[in-house]
Amino acid sequence: MGLNIGCAAAPGRARDNKTGSWRVFKPVFKYDKCVKCGLCEVVCPEGCVREGQDGYYHPDYNYCKGCGLCAEECPVDDIELVQEEK
Amino acid sequence: MMEILEGSHAVAEAVRLCRPQVVAAYPITPQTHIVEALASMVADCKLDAEYICVESEFSALSACLGASAAGSRVYSATTSQGLALMFEVCFNVAGMRQPIVMTIANRALGAPLNIWNDQQDSISLRDAGWLQFYAEDNQEATDLHFIAYRVAEDHRVLLPVMVCFDGFILTHTYEPVDIPSQEAIDAFLPPYKPVNILDAKNPMSLGMYATPDYYMEFRYEIDQAQKRAKEVFAEVGAEFAKQFGRDYSGLVEGYRLEDADMAFIAMGSICGTVREAIDEMRAEGKKVGLLKIRSFRPFPSEEIRAALSGVSKVAVLDKNISLGQKGAVALEVRDALYGSEIDVKGYILALGGRDVRQADIKAIAGLLEKGEGDQFFGLRTEVL
Amino acid sequence: MTEECELFECGHRACGGCGPALAARLILKATGENTIVVASTGCMEVFSTPYPETAWKVPWIHSLFENAAAVASGIEASLKKQERDEHVVCICGDGATFDIGMLCISGAFERGHDITYICYDNEAYMNTGIQRSGATPYDADTTTSPAGKCSTGNPRPKKDLPAILAAHGATYVATASIAYPNDLIKKVQRAVSTHGPNYIQVHAPCATGWGFDGSQTIAVGRLAIETGLWVNYEMMNGEVERVRKVAHRKPVDDYLSVQKRFRHLYRPGRNEDEIAKIQAIADANAKKFGIDLNVVKEE
Repeated sequence: MGLNIGCAAAPGRARDNKTGSWRVFKPVFKYDKCVKCGLCEVVCPEGCVREGQDGYYHPDYNYCKGCGLCAEECPVDDIELVQEEK
Repeated sequence: MMEILEGSHAVAEAVRLCRPQVVAAYPITPQTHIVEALASMVADCKLDAEYICVESEFSALSACLGASAAGSRVYSATTSQGLALMFEVCFNVAGMRQPIVMTIANRALGAPLNIWNDQQDSISLRDAGWLQFYAEDNQEATDLHFIAYRVAEDHRVLLPVMVCFDGFILTHTYEPVDIPSQEAIDAFLPPYKPVNILDAKNPMSLGMYATPDYYMEFRYEIDQAQKRAKEVFAEVGAEFAKQFGRDYSGLVEGYRLEDADMAFIAMGSICGTVREAIDEMRAEGKKVGLLKIRSFRPFPSEEIRAALSGVSKVAVLDKNISLGQKGAVALEVRDALYGSEIDVKGYILALGGRDVRQADIKAIAGLLEKGEGDQFFGLRTEVL
Repeated sequence: MTEECELFECGHRACGGCGPALAARLILKATGENTIVVASTGCMEVFSTPYPETAWKVPWIHSLFENAAAVASGIEASLKKQERDEHVVCICGDGATFDIGMLCISGAFERGHDITYICYDNEAYMNTGIQRSGATPYDADTTTSPAGKCSTGNPRPKKDLPAILAAHGATYVATASIAYPNDLIKKVQRAVSTHGPNYIQVHAPCATGWGFDGSQTIAVGRLAIETGLWVNYEMMNGEVERVRKVAHRKPVDDYLSVQKRFRHLYRPGRNEDEIAKIQAIADANAKKFGIDLNVVKEE
């Protein structure tokens, strides 16, 4: 491949960078009390929480940096941050 | 059609014929007549362009960059302080490979404030990645705009161009100029076909940042494009000559060099004065010639070497100075001739609009013969 | 997992819990894909576009620190000539907006381009290491407005940029916060469907620069609203239209004490004078915009 003229690039290549490796704490979605409100999806700065076909929301651990915003904001306290094991 | 036109108006006519979609400019002497003329053309529906009346030269070139990135052919004009204010954007435009054409009505840079002609402004931006073409008269200034768009937009090049012509000396002088027809220019200059543009149907990220892993390669590619611009310029110039009968295919142009022992090197309107002086000196039996540099970027080193192969002494006339060093053109000519036996001397002259006459050129020839050079010429020592 | 299209892609290099990254996602949710984004140099530009890994799935351009509004002007003019209809949206930091880019912004707004300029306001130059900008609030400790023996931090209040741009004749001006995502989305949608120039200033707390845990980004943003130190409002043609009211306005301590940038106001002891001044800023905001729900209107 050559360089793209003018330092241009096709969209979305950031996905090559798996930021999940940064994680120290991991949000565990427990689905005990989940009301499928989707707030975890809305507040994620990574955009790595997506709605599954079951209507529940699932984090993509390839990209989740473990910031804990979803756990903090979950209105039913159904996401738990645990120490990442590597 | 041959018309008697002020240089600025001739250039504005040329720009109109190139059909830019967006013009963004800020007024500055001696560029104003160009952009005033373009604004009138837009107001009279003679030019179908958006004229963005920006609040600074910095925004003028920034707006051009945006419009170019969105896929339009764009135009701007400036000079001196205005070009200095664009400094940062100039590097950016070249780095982002936007084929913007901008006219430079060459003028001195302050301080002291001075509105008259020299070439310090564009020459100070020689490292920015822009191609720089210098016109000797208003016909050439007009024609170089058609050629500039063709070269800039050529996919082998994709770099911006400054078409430089001397402030007041050319911008405000009336000369007969042949303005081609729209049909002829449309045939010569097809609509702009950009490569990577901002388009929601095909999204791209433009102007990303490059880490040390990539930066140098991007700069290398700009340099390669500059070098490719040489052959593209020659090609396009030849095509222009065929279609319009005026030949600008040379990055340099010789005058009475064939049997010359001594040569002048110069850029821009001063070449006219030099030609006249040469004719007089020739009549006196001196074997003198001129090598005019039309393209300062890319710099025609090989072409200069070839053109001067039979010459033993060279006087380079610099309407600029790299303060604390020498004139930029002299330095680069010396580099081009490195290893040859040719004696190259530089003369700093005409700064801030100081007149240069035929007698001055002859006096410089005298200095060169005596081996005196690398100095200011025409200093008023009585005021020092 | 359904493949819902995210226009701001995973894999960007923002800190965990980044307010501006969340702002970018929410803004693009609102604008949709028929949008051209113009970025300034800054944190967001750097964390989202190291060549060749861009997080942007809409057309995106970065030129310089201070010229986004001028670049956007040119894009808008070009689109007009080509009869294209993409939204032109600048997304720039507060340094690029409040300080170095003011000239270009002023020009673009005065000329009346149909653009939406969004400032993600994290209240300092974060990319270069937390230096003060014209958006930095009073008394905030930054690396160029450090608190010290004879300094209580940033000596000046935040510049009122929404008012300045409203005075330029902006069609729509709004403030928003990442702590109120749906409100932010609605405002961006309103802006891009309104002929500009439009301006939205988004409060985007920065965990690293302000000194709090990344999990608290939204909580801190919420406290700014709840204390009256940030007011969410909309202006149309220069008139304030809607303001987010606050039921029981909290003391500014609730906001200040959770951030390291205001820590010096509490150590060694509580700096009563300075905190009173900040409370006065909140009170003035509350009065100016009428945000208090529990106050009986004075006749």
